[in-house]
Amino acid sequence: MIRQPDPKQDVLDRRDAIIAGLRRLLPDSGVIAEPIRLKPYETDGLTAYRQVPLAVVLPETTEQVAAVLRFLHHEGVRVVPRGAGTSLSGGALPMADAVVVALMRLNRILDIDYADRCAVVQAGVTNIGITQAVQESGFFYAPDPSSQLACMIGGNVGMNSGGAHCLRYGVTSNNLLGLKIVTIAGEVLDIGGAHLDAAGYDWLGILTGSEGQLAVVTEVTVRILRGPEGARAMLAAFRSNEIAGACVDAIIGSGIIPVALEFMDRPAIHACEAFAHAGYPLDAEAMLIIEVEGSIGEQDTLLDRIRAICHRFDPISLRVSASAEESQAIWKGRKGAFGAVGRISPDYLCMDGTIPTSRLPEVLRRIAEMSAGYGLQVANIFHAGDGNLHPLIMFDANDPDSFHRAERFGADILTLCVEVGGCLTGEHGVGVEKRDLMGVQFTATELAQQRRIKDAFDPGWLLNPNKVFPLLAQAA
Amino acid sequence: MTEAEIIAAVAEAHASATPLEIIGAGSKRGLLRPVQAARTLAVAAHSGITLHAPKELVVSARAGTTLRDLTAIVASAGQQITSEPPDLSGLLGDPAVPPAAQTIGGVVGANLSGPRRVAWGATRDHVLGVRAVNGRGELIRSGGRVLKNVTGLDICKLLTGSHGTLAVLTEITLKVLPAAERWGSVALTGLDPAQAVAALSAALGSPYAVSGAAHLPAEAAALVPALAWLGGAVTLARIEDFATSVAYRTDRLRADLAPFGRAEILDDAASRAAWDAVRDAVPLHGAAGAVWRVSVRPSAGPGVLAAIGRAFAASWFMDWGGGLIWLAGPATTAAHDAVMAAAGAASGTWMLLRAPEGLRAAVAVIPPEAPALARITASVKAAFDPKGILNPGRMYAGV
Repeated sequence: MIRQPDPKQDVLDRRDAIIAGLRRLLPDSGVIAEPIRLKPYETDGLTAYRQVPLAVVLPETTEQVAAVLRFLHHEGVRVVPRGAGTSLSGGALPMADAVVVALMRLNRILDIDYADRCAVVQAGVTNIGITQAVQESGFFYAPDPSSQLACMIGGNVGMNSGGAHCLRYGVTSNNLLGLKIVTIAGEVLDIGGAHLDAAGYDWLGILTGSEGQLAVVTEVTVRILRGPEGARAMLAAFRSNEIAGACVDAIIGSGIIPVALEFMDRPAIHACEAFAHAGYPLDAEAMLIIEVEGSIGEQDTLLDRIRAICHRFDPISLRVSASAEESQAIWKGRKGAFGAVGRISPDYLCMDGTIPTSRLPEVLRRIAEMSAGYGLQVANIFHAGDGNLHPLIMFDANDPDSFHRAERFGADILTLCVEVGGCLTGEHGVGVEKRDLMGVQFTATELAQQRRIKDAFDPGWLLNPNKVFPLLAQAA
Repeated sequence: MTEAEIIAAVAEAHASATPLEIIGAGSKRGLLRPVQAARTLAVAAHSGITLHAPKELVVSARAGTTLRDLTAIVASAGQQITSEPPDLSGLLGDPAVPPAAQTIGGVVGANLSGPRRVAWGATRDHVLGVRAVNGRGELIRSGGRVLKNVTGLDICKLLTGSHGTLAVLTEITLKVLPAAERWGSVALTGLDPAQAVAALSAALGSPYAVSGAAHLPAEAAALVPALAWLGGAVTLARIEDFATSVAYRTDRLRADLAPFGRAEILDDAASRAAWDAVRDAVPLHGAAGAVWRVSVRPSAGPGVLAAIGRAFAASWFMDWGGGLIWLAGPATTAAHDAVMAAAGAASGTWMLLRAPEGLRAAVAVIPPEAPALARITASVKAAFDPKGILNPGRMYAGV
C-alpha cells in the first residue's frame, strides 16, 4: 500500500467555514459537501485507493476557477483538479483535507477554425467530443487514449495522454497550441495561442504532463488535423512473442511507419476475443494489429509491403480487413481490452512502462517468470511501435495478499523497464501509483530540480500534492 | 572535452558567481540579446554519437556534434532529423563561423525548426531525452531514449528553446523517422498573400499529408533558382512519401487547388532545392538591415504583412501555411515597433533574428511576458540557475 500523508488538522477544523466560503463564490449546485454526494469523487481509475475529499466544487467558468483557487490559496487548502476521473495512476485521488476542483461543467467548444486547423475547447470537453465536433468536415483530434469516450481534454493535458496512434501523430503535447491556466494564486494566464512555437520558455511543454501540480487548465487550443482518405487494419498472428517482436523491428526498419502498431500476447488475445468477437486468432502466441492510411490504392500498396515482411516471420495467419466495419471490429477488441480483462478477473492493475523495442522479447520473458513467481496472471497489450507496455496484472481485491502481490509485481515490472533503458510511465502518469518508484529512474538531484520547478509555480505545494514525488523528497 | 569537465567548469562559475556565455559553433551568437559574460564555455569539443538505434527510431549525440554529422549518420540508415532545422549561417553571415558548423546543442537550445514543422512538429517535439548541467553545476537527466515517456516534469521541453539560460546541454536524444523515398511539390503562381494563404490552408486541410506550405512573393521567388523559372510569386505545397504516393497525391492536390489557378508539379530534385532554400531563408540572404521571424495564426498572416507594409518596405516570405513570416527591414527601433505591434495585434509571437548589437541590446527581442508569467520565468530561471550565470540576459534583460 502506498502511504497517504496526514491531513492538515487545522484545515479539517475549519471545514464548515471553508465550505461556506466556497458557497459565496459559486452557485448552490457548484459546491458539494454532503458525504453521500462526495462519495463518487473518492477515487479515479485506480480504484484500489479511495479517500473522500473535504468538498468538491464544480465551477462553470475560468473566473469561478480563479475565485476558488484565490480563496483556497488564501486559506492554505490543498486542491485536487479533476477531469473525468479516468486516471489509471491515481492522479485525481483526493485527500481528506483537499477540495476537488472538478472541471466537468467547463464543457463547451468555444471555437473551431478549419482554415487555421485549430479548436479552442474548455477543459471538461471529452477527448472524443473534439473529434465528433469536427469530423463532419473530415477533421479529427489525434491523441486517442482508450478512455477517449469519457476522459477530458484537461486531464489529457495534465497527464500528456497518448493512445494507439502516437507513432504517427504524437501524444497530447505534440498536438497543443495554447492553454488558459489558473495559477494557485488565482491568476489567469494565456499560454501560446493559435500560432506555432511561442517565444520564451516552453510553458506549454512543461505544463503538459505536470499532473495538475503546476496550475489548473481551463481552456485548451488544440490542433485539429484533416483525416486521411481512409485507413485499414490488418492482423498478423505469430508463434511466439520473440517472432512478433522481430517482425515489428522489420516493419519499422523498412521505412514504413504504420499509423498504429499494436501487440497482444496470448492471454490478451483470448480475453479480448471473448469480449469483442473480432475474429482474433486463438491459436497464436502473439498478434499484431497494423493500421495504414491513404487512398484505397495506397493502403493496398502499404499492406502488400507489410504482408511481405510478415511472411518472412512464419506467421500463423495474416488477415487484412476487407471493410470499415471489419477494421472497427478489430479495434473494438483492442480498445476494449481493459474491460475484457475485467470480465475474466475481478480486478487488475494496468502497468504503463516503456522499453526500447529491441528489449521486448527479454522483457516479456521476465514478466512471464514474475507472473509464475507471484502466482498472478498477466495479459500483455502494448503499443509495439513505441515500446509502451501495458501489462494487466490480474488479482482479487477481496484478498489483501493478492493485492499486495500485484503491487509488488507491478513495481518489479516498472523497475525492469528502467533497468533495460526505459521509463516508469509512457502515458498514464506517475500519480500516486508510481510516486515511490521515482527514485528508480531519477537521482535525488534530478528530483530536487523537478521539485524546484513546482516551487516556482506553487510555492506552498497546494496543487495536487502527494503525487509524483516520493513523500520523503517532498519534505526535503 | 568531457561532461565531467563541463560540470566542473559550471560548478566553479557557480561558486565564484562568474557569468558564462555558452558557445557551441557560435553560429547563433547574433540571435537575441547579446550576452554580457566574463567567460565563455565552449562545448563544441564535446561531440560524438553515443547511440544509434535505427529500428527504435532514436539517435543520441553529445551536444557539440554538428547537425551535419548527425544528419549524415541518420541518413545512412535511411532516416532524417524530422523537424528539418534551418541553417541560419547564410542569414546571420558571421564571417567567423563557417556554414553548416552548427551543433545539435545549438539547434535544440534555439528550438529551430524548418518547413516540416507545420506537419510533423518542432524540434522540441522530437527531443526524447537530454543530459544537461544546471547553473549549480549539477547533472540533470530528463526523458530518456524511448519514444513515449511521461515520467516526471518534461524538462526536455523546458530546456529546448531556452537558449542556454537554464542549463548547459551535454547530450541529446532525438526521435528520428524514415526519410521519404520521394519529394514532390505543387506550385501555384501569381497569388497575392491572402489568396496564397487560402490555397495553403486548403492544401494543409486536404487528406494528402502536405508536409510543407510556403509562399514567396515574386521578388523572393526570383532569388531561388528552383522557383525563379516559374515567374512571379510562387505558392508551394510539398508531399513526401513513397514514389507512387507522391505521384498520386501531387496530382490530386493540383486538382483540388485548381480554383486558385493553374499549378505546376515540381519533381524530386526541384522540390529538394526549393524547400532547402525556404528552410534556410535564402530569399533574405542578400537583404540588408534587421531580420524578424513572426509566428501567427496563418489566416492572420496577410493582415500582419499589410500592417508592416504600411510602416516600412519589407522583404519577406511565408512558411508554415502562412503562419511563419520571415521579414527583413530597416534595423531601427521604429521598424521593430511596427513588427511588434503587427504581431501583437494578431496575438502572435515574434523574434528579432538579426540586428546590430546596439538594437538587440536596446529592445525586447522576443515578446515581453505578462507580469504574472514573467515572475514565473524569473522563478524557474532561479530554480535552475540561482546565481544567474548561464547566458545572462540572452532572452530577457535581467533574466
